[in-house]
This record gives sequence, C-alpha cells and structure tokens, in this order.
Amino acid sequence: MNSLAQPARWERVFWPILACALFIALWHFSVVWTATKVFPSPRDVEKGIAGLLQKSVLWGYIGDSLRRVAVGFGAAVLVGIPLGLTLGWYRVADRVVNPVLQLLRPISPIAWIPIAIILFGIGDAAATFLIFLGAFFPIVVAATNAVSNVPSMYRRAGRNFGLTPAGILLKVVFPAALPQMIVGLRIALGIAWLVVVAAEMIAVDSGLGYLVIDSRNSGKHYDLVVAAMLLIGLIGLGLDILFRRLEQMKAVRWGFRHVN
Amino acid sequence: MPSSEIVANAMLESKLRARQINMTFKSGSESISVLENIDLDVATGEFLCLVGPSGCGKSTLLSIMAGFLSPTSGTVTIDQEKITGPDPRRIFVFQERGVFPWLTVEGNVGFGLFKLPKAEQDRRVAHYIKLVGLEGFENAYPPELSGGMKQRLEVARALAVNPDMLFLDEPFGALDSITRLIMRGELLRIWDAERKTIIFVTHDIDEAVQLADRVVVLSDRPAKVQSVVNIDIAHPRDISSARYLELRDGILAQIGLAHRV
Repeated sequence: MNSLAQPARWERVFWPILACALFIALWHFSVVWTATKVFPSPRDVEKGIAGLLQKSVLWGYIGDSLRRVAVGFGAAVLVGIPLGLTLGWYRVADRVVNPVLQLLRPISPIAWIPIAIILFGIGDAAATFLIFLGAFFPIVVAATNAVSNVPSMYRRAGRNFGLTPAGILLKVVFPAALPQMIVGLRIALGIAWLVVVAAEMIAVDSGLGYLVIDSRNSGKHYDLVVAAMLLIGLIGLGLDILFRRLEQMKAVRWGFRHVN
Repeated sequence: MPSSEIVANAMLESKLRARQINMTFKSGSESISVLENIDLDVATGEFLCLVGPSGCGKSTLLSIMAGFLSPTSGTVTIDQEKITGPDPRRIFVFQERGVFPWLTVEGNVGFGLFKLPKAEQDRRVAHYIKLVGLEGFENAYPPELSGGMKQRLEVARALAVNPDMLFLDEPFGALDSITRLIMRGELLRIWDAERKTIIFVTHDIDEAVQLADRVVVLSDRPAKVQSVVNIDIAHPRDISSARYLELRDGILAQIGLAHRV
C-alpha cells in the first residue's frame, strides 16, 4: 500500500473496528484460559454497564465528573491564558515568575491532595482545586510560549498600522498565538480528565472515580470497576474529539496545517 | 514625466531626506559597521530602488527609514519632520509572509482602517481588493491563496490606509520567476494609479532597472552609496533595448567591482 495514498473510506472504519474486536477477543480468551475468578470477562462488564444504566445514579456520576472538570478547567483557562499572555509579552515578568512555575509544574496534582483537603475540606471544592492545578500549568506554559513564538513581523505590521500596545496584543498577538494555545488547552483538558478520577477517589462520594473505588470497596464488583474504567476512557475520548473540532475553525486552522 | 524632471524635483523638494546615516551592530565585544555615512534624497512620487550585494545592509537602511530601527547616528526626515517610529502614513511591506493568516482577504485589507467609519472601510476594502485583482476571494484565508496573491493582498492592505510612502523589502523575492514578472507589471500599474513614493529593496538588478526612476547602488559592508543611476527610459520599458542593457550592465559592473578582491 502506498503510504501517501489517502485511506479509503471503508478502511478508516474497518481497521479501528477490527482492532477493537481483536482487543475484546484477546480479553475474553485471557479470562477464559486463565480461569480467573476475579477479573471480569467482556460479557460481565457489558452486564455491569447495563445494570448501571438502569440505575439513574450513573448519569448523575457522569454529570458530577463533567461538572468538576468544567469548573476546574474553566478556572484554569480564565487565570492561565491572561497570565500566559502577560508572561509571553513581558519577558522580564517571565524571568521572575518562570522559576516558580517550573518548580511547581512537575508536582503531580495527587501530591496536592493533603493540602487541598486542609484548604477546602473534603468535598467538591477540593476536587475542583486539584483539577485546576492539573490544567493550570500546561495552559500557562503553552500560552507563554505561543506568545513568544509570534513572528516579529506580525507585531511590526501592527505597530505600522498605528495600533496601541493593547491593540497589538488583542488584534495581532492573541490571534497569532491562538493555534498553539489551543494545543495547550487540549493537553490540559486531557490532564483535567485524568485528575478528576483521582480526586473523586479521595475527596468526594460521587462521580466516575468514586464509582471505581466504591465498586471495589462495596463487595469487589470488578465488573463495575472495569465498566467505569471503560466509560472514563470513552468520555475522555469524546472530550478530545470535541476539542479537535476547535482546531478546524477557520481563524485557527492555518496553525494546524501540515506541509502537504 | 521624464526622469530628468523628477531628479530636478528631488533637488527642490525631497519627500524623504536621509543624512549621514551610520549603523553599527554590537555582537559581544565586536562591533560591526553596517551602514556608513548614507545620504539619500527621495522625491515625492518617486520610485527608488536600492540594490547591493546580499547582506550589505539594504534592509537595515529600509528599516531605519521606516522608523523600525534607530540609526547609531544621522537623521531621516520625511516632509521636514524627523522620524522617530513607524507611522500609518508610511507602510512597510514584507515578503508575502506579512499577511495575517487568521483574517480573510477582506479582514486583512481592512486591518488598518479601524479609525474610519464602517461605510468608508467597506468602500476602501472593495476598492483595493479590485485594484489588486482579488475579487472573488474576499472571504478566502491566506493559506488558500498562491504566493503572488498573498503578495498582492499585502500591497492592498498597505494601500488601503492611503499612505504616502511604501517601503518594500524584496517583496517578490519568494515568488517564482513568471509570477515575479507579472507582479512587477502589476506594481507599476498600481503605482501609476496611486502615485505613492516607493522605496524598493531588491538584489535583482533587472528588477531595479525595470521598475525604478532611480537606482541607488550600495557597496559591500559597510554599505556606502556607491552610485545613483537615473533610469531614463519611459514605461513600458523594452527590456531588450540598447539603453536598458547599457544601464543594467553598468550597474552589474559596479556590483562586480564591489566583489573584486
């Protein structure tokens, strides 16, 4: 097959389905051949999901998880983008703030759990705070880099047409940096979805993360554990696909176009 | 207008006057002199080309005249006014990479018009899109355009704010040779319609002799004004005429001399 050729339509559907089918088959036969009593088979998990869907609690859990991500991620965007724009614009500010950011950035949000509980107690606020932390650093770093990567030619053109510094920031630097910022937002959203599950295992008693840990603790329901894991994966994939849609917007698509 | 008359006008009343421009860049402990005692007069409505060996400082001189760089010493005045920075009355045109990829053709052309009433903005946008022949592409984004179309878009964006000067820095350098020839004709047509004062930097001697009223030849670094050549051929120029070849070969010989060890 010519690697430059566009895959045919049937191929784009066929190969992913085949891969999923093979994965499920491998899973099924692994369970059968090892004769495990603990790990659920695909059939068990399917029944588990069906059972969860009948109880309305599942939709509530999904809603809770998504709400926490929306609030934590939203707050990270609202604080992180303006901060990143400022740091990218004023190099001096970046030199002051950057060492602190670089020191805090590698600390996993999980390590913040004790602090979050001291600050916010056990509950939604603590979980949201952890999500905020997980999303905040990648957003700031992406926005800072995006602004400092804007070609000087664009700023020069902005100055030439008589824009004020604020005008250059809003009408030139922001749109020029937007594609790279969207990449950062997408990574941050992925991290936020990872963190919400971890946060819900500790700080709250609802959500998909809580479902995983609760299914295990209340009678070792591993079919429900795996069912919840699969749902987490599917919803995460869905969020990523939705976010990729943003990259197709005309005002930013130029930044994602690969050289042919 | 015959060129001798333009030169005479330049003596009487210069649009732009550069006096004793020196430019030195410091890199570490070394300092590199790029421009040395440049004097230049450009008349209103004149088309002036700057040529010289690559890396000689042509673009640096252009950036100084446009107000983006301050010279180490010397002054540039435009209409008797010392320039201290860029100004919408004088637009710098880059190679086609200067158009904003996040705006449509219309958005780009209208970019500098934010102080005008909406109706006037629309009128100018439509006028300049037509002038540069981009009708039908009003809502296209730059990545959908060819190199020549992007270059015309950038010229339209510059003209839309009705500047009295244009600074063009090797504007056709990235285009293929056929598109470049077409663009030269287009630029002359637009210049004829709008009569802006144009300073055009190029390393292509043919391009300079085809376009300019006068060609300023700069020497190798540090650049000095080596000579100023009047191109006394009326437009449209016959590029196989004896006079054209004589002028072109004369400039080539001068640049060659600059390269001789």
